[in-house]
Amino acid sequence: MSGTSKICALALAGALAVLGITAAGAEESEIPPRVEWSFAGPFGIYDEAQLQRGFKIYREVCQACHALSLLSFRNLADPGGPGFSPAQVKAIAAEYKITDGPNDQGEMFERPGRPADHFPSPYPNEQAGRAAHNGVLPPDLSVITKARGYERGFPWFVFDIFTQYQEEGPDYVVALLQGYENPPPGFSMPEGAQYNKYFPGHALQMPPILTDGQVEYTDGTPADVPHYAQDVTAFLQWAAEPHLVARKRVGLQVMIFLVVFAGLLYFTKKKVWSSVPGHA
Amino acid sequence: MNENAIYRPEQHAIYQPKNRSLKWLEVRLPILSLAHSSFVAYPTPRNLNYWWAFGAILSFLLGAQIVTGVVLAMHYTPHVDHAFNSVEHIMRDVNWGWLLRYAHAVGASMFFLAAYVHMFRGLYYGSYKDPREVLWILGVIILLLMIMTGFMGYVLPWGQMSFWAATVITNLFSAIPVFGESIVTWLWGGYSVGNPTLNRFYSLHYLLPFVILGVVVLHVWALHVSGQNNPAGVEPRSKQETVPFTPHATIKDLFLTVVFCILYAWFVFYLPNYLGHPDNNIPANPSVTPTHIVPEWYYLPFYAILRAVPNKLLGVLFLMASIVILAFVPWLDTSKVRSASYRPLYRQFFWVFAAVCVGLGWLGSKPAEGNYVLAARVLTAWYFIHFLIILPLLGLVERPKPLPASISEATLRKAPGAAVASGAAAPER
Repeated sequence: MSGTSKICALALAGALAVLGITAAGAEESEIPPRVEWSFAGPFGIYDEAQLQRGFKIYREVCQACHALSLLSFRNLADPGGPGFSPAQVKAIAAEYKITDGPNDQGEMFERPGRPADHFPSPYPNEQAGRAAHNGVLPPDLSVITKARGYERGFPWFVFDIFTQYQEEGPDYVVALLQGYENPPPGFSMPEGAQYNKYFPGHALQMPPILTDGQVEYTDGTPADVPHYAQDVTAFLQWAAEPHLVARKRVGLQVMIFLVVFAGLLYFTKKKVWSSVPGHA
Repeated sequence: MNENAIYRPEQHAIYQPKNRSLKWLEVRLPILSLAHSSFVAYPTPRNLNYWWAFGAILSFLLGAQIVTGVVLAMHYTPHVDHAFNSVEHIMRDVNWGWLLRYAHAVGASMFFLAAYVHMFRGLYYGSYKDPREVLWILGVIILLLMIMTGFMGYVLPWGQMSFWAATVITNLFSAIPVFGESIVTWLWGGYSVGNPTLNRFYSLHYLLPFVILGVVVLHVWALHVSGQNNPAGVEPRSKQETVPFTPHATIKDLFLTVVFCILYAWFVFYLPNYLGHPDNNIPANPSVTPTHIVPEWYYLPFYAILRAVPNKLLGVLFLMASIVILAFVPWLDTSKVRSASYRPLYRQFFWVFAAVCVGLGWLGSKPAEGNYVLAARVLTAWYFIHFLIILPLLGLVERPKPLPASISEATLRKAPGAAVASGAAAPER
C-alpha cells in the first residue's frame, strides 16, 4: 500500500514538475500598474466629478476618432453616473448634429441631438473610419474597458476571486494612454504606428494623444496626462458598466440576506436533525 | 448479500388525501401521492454528507437558468447585425437586465461547477455501481446536453470569442472522413459561421434546457427507484437507517443551496466578468482572429485533450471519448466496494485523477506550444489510463478495508462517543 502511495506521489510530483517548467516559459509583456479606483471593491462607486472630467476629455480629445455608440445622451443623467442634470444633458445633446429621416420628402436631414439619441459616430460608415486612419478603424469605446485587459496568470487569478480585483481593463487603458516610448533598437515599426510598451505587439496605430494642459480643468485637479488618462478611463468604465453602482449596492443587500438566511437555515437544520442518532 | 434485508425506498407510507377535492383528484391523477412519495416520504440514508446536496443545487440552478434565460430571450435579437447590441441593450436599458444577464452567464459557470462536484462525488463514493448504472448514464447524458447548451449559449452574444468558438468547434466535424466538409456546411447553414448558424444555435439553446429537464426527471426517477448511495456505500437495512426526505433532506439541501448562492452572488454582483473573456466584448469580426481562442473555463480540460493529440481526427475522437468513457465507468471499475472510504488505493488515485483534471484545465487555457503540449499529453494519457487501466486493475489488486455491516455501524465507527451519547439521549424512532 505504501509502495503504491509513493508511486502516486511521484506521478503527481512529476505532473507538477512538468507544469512548473511550462509556467516559467510564459510570454513577456509589461504589466500595467495598479490604479486606485473609486469603483473598485465591494463598496465601489463612481466619482461624479471624475466622470465629468473624463467626459470632457472624451468630448475634446477622443471623440474626434472614437465612437461611443452604445451610450445615449440621457445616460449622462442616470443615477450612479456623472450626475449631469436633465437640463445639462439637453444642452450637451443639442451640441451634436444627428442625421435623421427620411422626412416627408424622402430626404435625410440633420437636426440638433436630443437626450434620447445615441452618441453619433465620427464616421458615416466603417470604411470611412478605416480610410481616415491608415486602414485601422479606431475602436468604439462603449465597452472598451471590458474588452481589454491583461493576463493575470497563476496564482494571481486565484487571489483575484477573494480580493475582487476586476479592474484589469481600466488599468490597461490608463497604462496604454501613457505607455508610449521610443522603440528599442532593432524593432521594426509598421508605417504610421507608435511604440507602446503595454500594447500587445507594441506597434499601436493610435498616436500619443494626451498632452499636459491640453484640456482645461476647473475643479483644481492638476491638468496633466496622468490625471487625464485616469479620468477618461473612469468615464469609459462607467460607459461600459453604467449599472455598476447599483449592482454593488444590491450585491451587499443580497449578501447580507443570504448570510443571515443561511445561518437561520443552519440552526433549523440542526434542530430537525437533532433527533437522528449520530447527528448533534 | 441478502437482497431481502435491504430497506427499499418504496416501503414507505402511502399518501392518503383527506380533503374531498384532493381525493377526487387522487383517483383520477395520483400526482399528489407521487409528489408525496418522491419528495416527502422518500427515505434517504441518514448518513448523507453535504456533498449529496449538489443534486438539489443543480436542480435550483437549472430552474434559475431557465427562468433568467426565458426573460433574456424576450429582449435578445438573434441576428448577426443586432445580437451584440441587443445584449448591450439588455445590460443598459432593460430594467434589471444587467442582473438577468450576469446571473445567466455566471449561472452557466455555477451549473458546471456544481455538476463537476456532483460527478466527482459520484466517482469518490462509487455511486455508479450496481444498481445505479442507469442513473449514472443518465447523468453522463445530462453532461453532454449541458456541454452543447453551454457552448451554444456562449455563441449568442456574438462577440469575438463567440464567433471564433463557434468556428473552431463546428470545424471539428470537418475531421470526419469523406462527409466532414458537407456536415460542417450543413451545421453552419452556409459556407461559414453566419446568420443561419446564430439562428439555429439560438433555437437549440432554447430547446436543449427543456431536454435536460426531461432527462433530469428520468435521472431523479432512477434515483428514487434505487435509492441514494451514501458515504458508507452500504445499503440501508432498516427504517432506522433512513430519514424521510422532508424535512431532513429538504432542510439540509436548502441550507447548502443558500450557501452555494453566496458563492453565486459573489460572482454575479462583484466579479461578473471574471469568468468571461475580454474579447467577447468586441463584436464578432470574421476577418480578425483573436490571439488565443479559449473556451469557457468549464471546457478547458476537454480542450486540452483535443489539442494534446497531434492528429485532428484523433483529437476529436479523444475529446468525445473523454466524455463517453464516463458512461462505461460502472463496468470499468471492477471493485465491488463502493465508497472510497474503504478503498485505500482508489482513494489516492481518485485525488491524482482530480489533480489531473485541474491540470488539464489549466493547460487548456495556455497556448498549445512547447512544454504546455508535452504536459497536456502526459495528463491526457493519465486521464485515459485512470479509466482504462487503473480502475479495472484496482478492483483486482486492492484489499479494501472491512466494510461496515450497516449504516449504523459506519456512523458508530466514525464517532463512537457522540453516537452512543446521542443514541442514549434520543432513542431511535
